[in-house]
Amino acid sequence: MEMIAIGLLGFFVLGYLLLAGSDIGVGMTLPVLGRADAERRVVIAAIAPFFLGNEVWLVAVVGLLAGMFPDLEGDLLSGLGPAVVVLLLGWIARDMGLWSRGRVDRRSWRVFWDGAIVAGSWTLALTWGWILAGVLAGDVAGPTPVRAVFAVVIAAVFAVHGLAFAALRLRGPARERARTLSGPSGEGATFGLTSAALAVLGVLAGLRLPLADTVADAGTLAFLVPAVLIILPFLVGAQAWVWWIFRHRVEGPSYL
Amino acid sequence: MNGETLELARWQFALTAGTHFLFVALTLGLATLVACVQTWATLTRNPVHARMTRFWGQLYVINYAVGIVTGLVMELQIGLNWSGLTHFAGNVFGSALAMETLVAFFIESTFLGLWIFGWNRLNRWAHLTLIWIVTLTAYASAYWIMVSNGFLQNPVGYRLDGKSLVLTDVGAVLANPNSILAFFHILGGALVTASFFMAGVSAYHLRRGHADSEGFRRSLRIGVGVSLPALMFTVTLGGMQFDIPGQSEQAFKSAAFGGSAEEVARVQADLVARFGPGDYLPPAALVDGAATLMMAAWAVMMLISGLSVLLMSFRRVVSRLRVWHWLLMLAIPLPFVSMISGWVYREVGRQPWAVNELLLVRDAVSDLSPGTMRLSITAFGVVFAALVVLNYWLLARQARRGPEGVALGAPTAPDERPAPAAVTF
Repeated sequence: MEMIAIGLLGFFVLGYLLLAGSDIGVGMTLPVLGRADAERRVVIAAIAPFFLGNEVWLVAVVGLLAGMFPDLEGDLLSGLGPAVVVLLLGWIARDMGLWSRGRVDRRSWRVFWDGAIVAGSWTLALTWGWILAGVLAGDVAGPTPVRAVFAVVIAAVFAVHGLAFAALRLRGPARERARTLSGPSGEGATFGLTSAALAVLGVLAGLRLPLADTVADAGTLAFLVPAVLIILPFLVGAQAWVWWIFRHRVEGPSYL
Repeated sequence: MNGETLELARWQFALTAGTHFLFVALTLGLATLVACVQTWATLTRNPVHARMTRFWGQLYVINYAVGIVTGLVMELQIGLNWSGLTHFAGNVFGSALAMETLVAFFIESTFLGLWIFGWNRLNRWAHLTLIWIVTLTAYASAYWIMVSNGFLQNPVGYRLDGKSLVLTDVGAVLANPNSILAFFHILGGALVTASFFMAGVSAYHLRRGHADSEGFRRSLRIGVGVSLPALMFTVTLGGMQFDIPGQSEQAFKSAAFGGSAEEVARVQADLVARFGPGDYLPPAALVDGAATLMMAAWAVMMLISGLSVLLMSFRRVVSRLRVWHWLLMLAIPLPFVSMISGWVYREVGRQPWAVNELLLVRDAVSDLSPGTMRLSITAFGVVFAALVVLNYWLLARQARRGPEGVALGAPTAPDERPAPAAVTF
């Protein structure tokens, strides 16, 4: 039971890093990919159908932590303290930017919310870098210069991941820019590499956490683990349906 | 525990949860009404109903988008600020939260994205199925949240093992009468909120003589027609919560609400005898005031709704009676007032317990410095205030503009495609 619980947690963590990593990365590189206002809208259409379904993987991680690793959830989140607050603020800014930019037809309005998308995405990536570096070092609370350097490196991985994703989803000049920036090996290979890098980071961070020692009581797991295993194929199937519907390259602007 | 940290953590939770609840109230009810309208539109292929679906759907999406980010803060705040609670009750309380995120939130968000962005791309029956899944998972979300909240109000199905609780009876936790009744009470309240919203916005357009008067006449009738049964249902489920057998939590809640001074003193003396010296009563004036306000708002809504049900059977009245249009518009905030008062009554009435008669709020708070807590309450306070303003401004703006120019479900015109970028470095 314990191993399955740890496996489930890992599955959702990796799902979040790989999927949400792409939309965060596209948000970070939005000013480079989309030069003009209308072009940015098309770049956003590359992630629009996915970001809502992507970020919910993190919600699931927090839920699984609360249910299967309650002691770790409390210690980890309160230990991270201000980093969690900053993460949430970045997340709010990014999401509000995506949802709001098209709500009012005024150039200054869209510029403001595009700024929120970019700033929020960078905040998310840097905070994840900071959190992952802290977990890897085994000290989530302490600020060190080395940790800051790691945070920037990890944020850069998010950015390249997003560029590769944009190159896979877009057409025309925006795609060319994304391809140039995401490296010479082709967007598919780059996306594979950044995915692997994010996955390795997630697994290593998981190995540093006292998961086996903080797992919930057997009575709780006996209820939760089977319930999650039963629902899991449906969750993955629902997400796969979204990916299938939006598998083609972006044709033009979407709802956002 | 640092007293300042505790006070700030309480205020932060009260402000963020209260704000989130206002978003939820409208989202939960409006999803239901949009799903019903879309069902009718799909069955009849009537363009009036298709337009109504897109208009009310757009308002629903605006509210959902802002509501979801307030929900994210709630989700993480429990671990961040209340690790004492997760340490003590995580084995029981945490599994309901886990189920909420997976069985409800995850599916709701995934399918809502598909509903929004898959408009005109999916088969209309598949698209209709999506909004119903979104609505039902929103209900499931409310259910699981009320399972965890109901456990805090009226703990069942657990055993105290050393310093923490252990889950012994899943069925008892899932069927906790405190959770079930409150869940249906909230569903009713959410329908009241959405139906008053729909009636009020429609009344605004009818008063102004909007071109699409047929759509707004229908919407007004749906709003008014749903509001009356929803009000009756809500008050019935509210009343049933007063006499759940074997539920000690209600003792001090009802003592504080309109109870006599000696009843209050008796409850306090009883708790001192069981748990040692201390003040075990919630702030009575606040609990009493909130309950009174909730019921007063209900009574006013009942009057408006009853009168409106009579008036709406006359077509000319629906189109022309401006005084009534004004009344319906002014009534839009009433359900929100009632919902938030009910929530204050329920949650403040539980004080000073985090888990009733098992864990005090002061023992539930995280060991954070007041500085960290000040940072987070300031940041979230400012952001939440901005989100509330943004949400209601965008809602009012879109509501005033009517169904023209609704972006949701709009066919993408070819000329909207961007020209090749002319701007270079």
